Amino acid sequence: MIRVVLPYHLRTLARIDGDVKLEISGPATRGAVLDALEARYPMLCGTIRDHVTQEHRPFLRFFACEEDLTHEPADAPLPEAVASGAEPLYIVGAIAGG
Amino acid sequence: MSGVRVLVGTRKGAFVLTSDGKREKWEVSGPFFAGWEIFHLKGSPADPDRLYASQCSGWFGQIIQRSDDGGRTWHQPGTPPGEQNDGKPKGESNKFVYDTTTEMGKPLTTHQWYDGKPHPWEFKRVWHLEPSQSDPDTVYAGVEDAALFRTTDGGRSWHELPGLRGHGTGMKWQPGGGGMCLHTIVVDPTRPERIYTAISAAGVFRSDDGGKTWAPKNRGLRSATIPDQDAEVGHCVHRIALHPSRPNVLFMQKHWDVMRTDDAGETWKEVSGNLPTDFGFVIDVHAHQPETIYVVPIKSDSEHFPLDGALRVYRSRKGGNEWEALTKGLPQRNCYVNVLRDAMAVDSLDKCGVYFGTTGGQVYCSADAGDSWNPVVRDLPAVLSVEVETLQ
Repeated sequence: MIRVVLPYHLRTLARIDGDVKLEISGPATRGAVLDALEARYPMLCGTIRDHVTQEHRPFLRFFACEEDLTHEPADAPLPEAVASGAEPLYIVGAIAGG
Repeated sequence: MSGVRVLVGTRKGAFVLTSDGKREKWEVSGPFFAGWEIFHLKGSPADPDRLYASQCSGWFGQIIQRSDDGGRTWHQPGTPPGEQNDGKPKGESNKFVYDTTTEMGKPLTTHQWYDGKPHPWEFKRVWHLEPSQSDPDTVYAGVEDAALFRTTDGGRSWHELPGLRGHGTGMKWQPGGGGMCLHTIVVDPTRPERIYTAISAAGVFRSDDGGKTWAPKNRGLRSATIPDQDAEVGHCVHRIALHPSRPNVLFMQKHWDVMRTDDAGETWKEVSGNLPTDFGFVIDVHAHQPETIYVVPIKSDSEHFPLDGALRVYRSRKGGNEWEALTKGLPQRNCYVNVLRDAMAVDSLDKCGVYFGTTGGQVYCSADAGDSWNPVVRDLPAVLSVEVETLQ
């Protein structure tokens, strides 16, 4: 079980309270987590990664275990603590005014 | 009893303002989609309780929202949470993907950037939603970078009408200050296969076959911002409007110049007349008087606020050239707001109501065709769009 913490606007959009808990079959990667997240919450398709290229949107960051994983490949293994559910994967909107 | 529902899109959410036919007392609901930019929301003429909204964010992209109850509740059309199709989520209602097929024979990859260099088409947001006159499930969407999309399933899926980008001039289109947006869609109410679109900065385009093929309709426009000032395309048209009883007559607020055509866009002529400045964004037509039109002059393309700090709507009762300032109830000192291109609308009550919103967060209503104005709300986020539904 993997825990994902979404930014406020995406929780509101998907009507989610608190963390999202996802079961992943196969290796725990950022791509697999996003696949599972979008499968459960189809309204999030396109909000985290591009519909066509599947690249993550430029103003989003991915943090876990006090590390910035934003620039890791989507198919790279997530830290064991994330894969085991001990630590969440944070999806964070980049800081900007407005 | 008759009434009105005013749909307001702002930088930080949507608001719905309702009143009875007197338009004196208002109920304000919202913000809906708080914190998101709502570029436009509009109701279906065929079912006034069916509303569509364009919700977007620099972080999270484009979302389409739909209401089936006049704006009380909203949902993203398409697959509900938890439902999947063949193991894969649909989530199609947010998906605007340019047509790259060879259907039109001219798949385009670039338009002009601000510096004139080729730049690839990149979808950014939906500027304008235009529901069909007859079918609540059919809606046109004008997007940035400029293209026209359509849904025929109530917003579940969107498909480009590629003939517009593909007709031959797309590589000459360039962005205006707000981006390269298709911001205006006008469907001839007497002939729905005739569609007009306006693009900044490209100009007006018309289709006579339901959006399959297109041609520029910019003869008569002159723009100092392009090397050939009367070129076929490249004009920064800000808004066009028509009266349903005379669909061949259209009015235009261009970057500079107020224009009209009497032959469905074949030729345009300037009708700025005695306006104190002919720069501006909005233009609209009285609901019952096809020659009565409204603009809000803005000082210049460098100073996007009213001349002399006085917010004035100008009305012409002769289809242009002769204009009168409408000031009663509007601030005449220290007013430095803008009125953006989709932020004016009219209702169709017996005494035509006129509405506009400002970047200062005010929405003004005139229940007497412009003679006097009252603020419905004063302190919303910057207003991006105003539409009104007349309810019977």
